[in-house]
Amino acid sequence: MTLVASVPATALSAPRFLDAGEAALVVEFGDTVDPAINDRVLALDAALCADPPAGTREFVPTYRSLMIHYDPLQIDRDALVAIVRRATGAVVEWQGTATIWTLPCCYDPALAEDLDEAAQILKLSRDEAIALHVKATYRVYMCGFTPGQPYLGGVPEPLKISRRPTPRPPHPAGAVLIGGGLCVVAPFVMPTGWYVIGQTPERLYAAERKDAFLIQAGDALRFDPIDLATFRNLEQRAASGEIVARKSAA
Amino acid sequence: MRAAPLQAIVRVLSAGPGTTLQDAGRHGYLRFGVTAAGPMDRLAHATANLAVGNPAGSTALEVSVGGIEVTAESAPLHVAVAGGEFALSLDGRPLPSATVLNLDEGAVLKIRAGRSGSWCYLAVAGRFAVPKVLGSHATHTRTGFGGVGGRAIVAGDGLGIEPSPAPAPSANAIVAPWLDRPLGTVRVVLGPQHDYFADDQISAFLAGPWTVSAKGDRMACFLEGPRLTHARGYNIVSDGIAMGAIQVPGDGRPIVLMADRQSTGGYPKIATVIGPDLGRLAQARPGTGFSFEAVSIAEAVAALREEAALLARGVVVEPLVRTHLSSEFLLGLNLIDGVVGLDAFG
Repeated sequence: MTLVASVPATALSAPRFLDAGEAALVVEFGDTVDPAINDRVLALDAALCADPPAGTREFVPTYRSLMIHYDPLQIDRDALVAIVRRATGAVVEWQGTATIWTLPCCYDPALAEDLDEAAQILKLSRDEAIALHVKATYRVYMCGFTPGQPYLGGVPEPLKISRRPTPRPPHPAGAVLIGGGLCVVAPFVMPTGWYVIGQTPERLYAAERKDAFLIQAGDALRFDPIDLATFRNLEQRAASGEIVARKSAA
Repeated sequence: MRAAPLQAIVRVLSAGPGTTLQDAGRHGYLRFGVTAAGPMDRLAHATANLAVGNPAGSTALEVSVGGIEVTAESAPLHVAVAGGEFALSLDGRPLPSATVLNLDEGAVLKIRAGRSGSWCYLAVAGRFAVPKVLGSHATHTRTGFGGVGGRAIVAGDGLGIEPSPAPAPSANAIVAPWLDRPLGTVRVVLGPQHDYFADDQISAFLAGPWTVSAKGDRMACFLEGPRLTHARGYNIVSDGIAMGAIQVPGDGRPIVLMADRQSTGGYPKIATVIGPDLGRLAQARPGTGFSFEAVSIAEAVAALREEAALLARGVVVEPLVRTHLSSEFLLGLNLIDGVVGLDAFG
């Protein structure tokens, strides 16, 4: 992780400060899914995590804003805003976490339950859809919804698909989904309005592992296609606590 | 090898749906998508814990309107119940809805939905001997985190308590007038996305009148009342969700997001219920009517300071006879000499 103060702070619009009750402050840098906006969120998050102001409890980075949970009996709202203003002025460029994950992903029809349906809607062949999904490098904008679940931007244009009009039945843990122009890897069984196009044997959340959460906002991610036999093998190894995804430096 | 020290056990004889173990919440992991969970009514949860000498945020059973029946095994337990106005009885004899008592081995404490309130807390002196997940006992059933195997409490569960509590004085009523909170008006801080609504919609939102829908659970409180309209659409790019956030989806029906809410979400949030009023809202039964009142951050913080001062003063108990009780209740007490000792009548 590197923070570089190369662009004058005045060149960027000032963040908006919005209240989410008396104990949470939203620092909003924009209202769209945009890597430049997310950069600013993650840069502020990194600066605050490195030196948390007294009275702050948790920082939650999302696509376009940082939610700061705080104890208003310990730190005054205006004092917190002043600290955040100084922090956003000091760090303006986010260089990423420098971590690239390569996640094994099986696109076999046995696991990729909705791949044919999604490909048909996108007017692609099954193989074209897989090739597009594998070719891209994704950005982890944020984690949320369920423990360890990354939201991935960088989906190739031809693979961008709307959400389903109505949700489908629950998918298995490890499902790789597309919808709303994005991609997610879902570590928990849940019903979804997205399309299941594959499954990873990796466990993005594992309570017993030293690093319970594998991926964090700011990481990059790629998918490595595997066949069903490899999936079954890796699934067993992951169940025993092994990390089967590959981690490399940018 | 020495024998293991005697461990007291809370044995669950029967349990309605929705009763879970909750501590102050699983904090610090929202950034990874982990819901904090924790009590629906933090003031009642703290009151029950303080009454048995535990720190305010200790693990306790959060009992739903489904009720619960428990007994003590291996050793007596020092327990307290506080929250909504539930109907309590010890071996069939009624007790006030906020009570601290000694539960002898084999004695049966029954908690059933009473006149008002949706949740009450059963705290036990000592610590629940169940494994923590990410440092917390808080149960979040949707992801299977915490509590007993990540699930709600069921009949037959045995919850170990360590260390075994010392025998406590006999039953006393907990003096907690702050738990008697009719809903009336719920205070909110507007935002973070109130600019997605025109002024007349903000006014309609505040005025209501709203009623609490029967559809609610630990995740959300659904409201029935005027349909709100959005000025700038209802899809926003997902951002963080605080407990008490009131999101307005496309159908214009507001939803207050509670303890088991997801960490992030994508509907505009018109306002946020202030922390000190969340427990009051959580306790409201379906059909209860109320309206919202917008307050400033300063006013919300003042209310929070009052709540903190109240808990800092600690919990006072008084002999049962001094509380306002029905004649049936007093008759009941006379029949259980030795369970609720005579000293309770001071």
